[in-house]
Amino acid sequence: MGKDNFPNVRMMQGNQACAEGALAAGCRFFAGYPITPSSEIAEHLSTALPMVGGKFIQMEDEIAAMGATIGASLTGLKSLTATSGPGFSLKQENIGYACMAEVPCVIINVMRGGPSTGMPTLPAQMDVQQARWGTHGDHSIIVLVAATAQDAYGQTIRAFNLAEKYMTPVILLLDEIVGHTTEKVVIPDPSTIELVDRKKPEVTPEEYRPYAETEDCIPILANFGTGYKYNVTGLCHNETGFPINDNSMIEKLILRLTKKIVSNCDDIIMNRTLELDDAEIGIFAYGSVARSAQSAVTRCRAEGIKVGLLEPTVLWPFPKNEVLEMAKKVKAIVVPEMNLGQMAREVELAARCEAVVHKLGRVDGNPIVPDQIVKMVKEVV
Amino acid sequence: MFNYLEYVREGNFPHIWCSGCGDGIVLKALIRAMEASGMSRDEAVMVSGIGCSSRTPGYVDINTLHTTHGRAIPFATGVKHANPALKVIVVTGDGDATAIGGNHFIHAARRNIDLTVLLYNNYIYGMTGGQCSPTTPIGSKASTAKFGNIEPTFNISGLAIAAGASFVARADVYNTKQCEKMIGLALEKKGFSLVEILTPCPTAFGRRNKMASPVKLMEWLRDNTVSGAKWEKLSEEDREGKIRTGILIDLDKPEYTEEYKKLTEKLRTV
Repeated sequence: MGKDNFPNVRMMQGNQACAEGALAAGCRFFAGYPITPSSEIAEHLSTALPMVGGKFIQMEDEIAAMGATIGASLTGLKSLTATSGPGFSLKQENIGYACMAEVPCVIINVMRGGPSTGMPTLPAQMDVQQARWGTHGDHSIIVLVAATAQDAYGQTIRAFNLAEKYMTPVILLLDEIVGHTTEKVVIPDPSTIELVDRKKPEVTPEEYRPYAETEDCIPILANFGTGYKYNVTGLCHNETGFPINDNSMIEKLILRLTKKIVSNCDDIIMNRTLELDDAEIGIFAYGSVARSAQSAVTRCRAEGIKVGLLEPTVLWPFPKNEVLEMAKKVKAIVVPEMNLGQMAREVELAARCEAVVHKLGRVDGNPIVPDQIVKMVKEVV
Repeated sequence: MFNYLEYVREGNFPHIWCSGCGDGIVLKALIRAMEASGMSRDEAVMVSGIGCSSRTPGYVDINTLHTTHGRAIPFATGVKHANPALKVIVVTGDGDATAIGGNHFIHAARRNIDLTVLLYNNYIYGMTGGQCSPTTPIGSKASTAKFGNIEPTFNISGLAIAAGASFVARADVYNTKQCEKMIGLALEKKGFSLVEILTPCPTAFGRRNKMASPVKLMEWLRDNTVSGAKWEKLSEEDREGKIRTGILIDLDKPEYTEEYKKLTEKLRTV
């Protein structure tokens, strides 16, 4: 078959797929700072963005990159930054700012091991809790994860859509295996890609209050330069965006920031399942580990062991209902991950003692292979 | 009669600055310079970090962005790069811009992106309670230097010049006309422009350094600043201990967003 029969099939690295997904999502601004294993995203966008009239800038550090991303988003451009572990740590203060000021933006973190500079070129999944709780203060957050290059493409688009819809930073996690593996990606026809754009004010500048109460708890921020003169701050603020000290207003703000995400879990949370219906042993796995888990499920089934997989594509909000449902059906849950149990702990909480949870952690920079999962399942059985 | 009300958010007054603080004088000079420049208020964005000076945007009726400590310049860079049609003004302090934000400050000057940075230098961390800043003079007392500061200080304007800024000026709040003029020139300048504005902090600096009276601090500014023309006539000896104000550098250099635009146009026509 000739190439023409598959005009939209390409070989792509996961990082490149993120960059291409971002362009398809309408991303027109990228600010970043080089760091392995995420740098290919910046490299790709440094050439691709100017070609579509977008803006690329390499900032002096990770903190600056996050700040510039937020500034650009406030002018109305869909904005992205990408980084890895230590860079992600540096960005945290400004990620919190984006939560508080409700500025949509996407942060891709191609995870590397830690703590500290850790393992620049080896895979890990050690930032799954940092993604949830890295920034200070009580806040909601949306965190997606990708398992393949195809996923990296689609999840980047979804990250932008969720950011624009809920006016919030959205984090996409890849592990080094996903970021650096070159594999097949089917590029959908652009006309079939659903895109979400943030709401625009429908009132006059005089009547406009950026953080006014809305039915869906989501504010409407006008793009800078469009005649709506307003204030944005990281301090607790009232509906006009100015700092407040009133305790009840502060509480109302913090609760709203949480509510706008938590009350929309049904819209945000997404999972993939494999052979879960009649499973006696459940596996909870994400990122590249989910691919090993798929293989493990197939092998176990071939040997007559009833195993199923729950693979979240959204890590936060955590799919606790789905985990509980699985826990009620199975005898035990195995959680393989490239850390010492960061998500296993969440699974255990969500399972509410309905099933025993077994951790399978690995922190030596090696991937978790199907054999390991099969062995663990057999031990559990 | 100048109508300040057009430019301010009347509902946010009275302001939070202490009696005798110079920040209100800068606010007034800035508003007058904005008016004189003829800029559209819809197309102006003011970005600040954290500290006393950084509360300025709350009082000016344009798009305003109050960011995290030291990070005003990166946020402003994002705004300007994303939409170069916007006039972007950064308001920051000595601690905000040259301690926690020092890296951003020098790189924005090097990049020569079109931002107008007004740096209020009051030699101290005012809002946080009088701790040492990179400009606290040697020997001065601060809440973190009770026995007198032993660290040498930054020459902020010199730093910006060395890093590559297009326009650098120094002004003070005693000489208000000159201050207004320097801000106006900075607003007009294409490229990274800095106006370092010396402004008194009687509460956090003066009180600890036998200058609690705002009048004394203003008199100190009057007696120790020398504007450019007069500076040239001073002997080396007379310059000792004095601070030069006025334009320190004014160069025409390629500006970042314009260079980016040129690059983009070239790429897209190939």
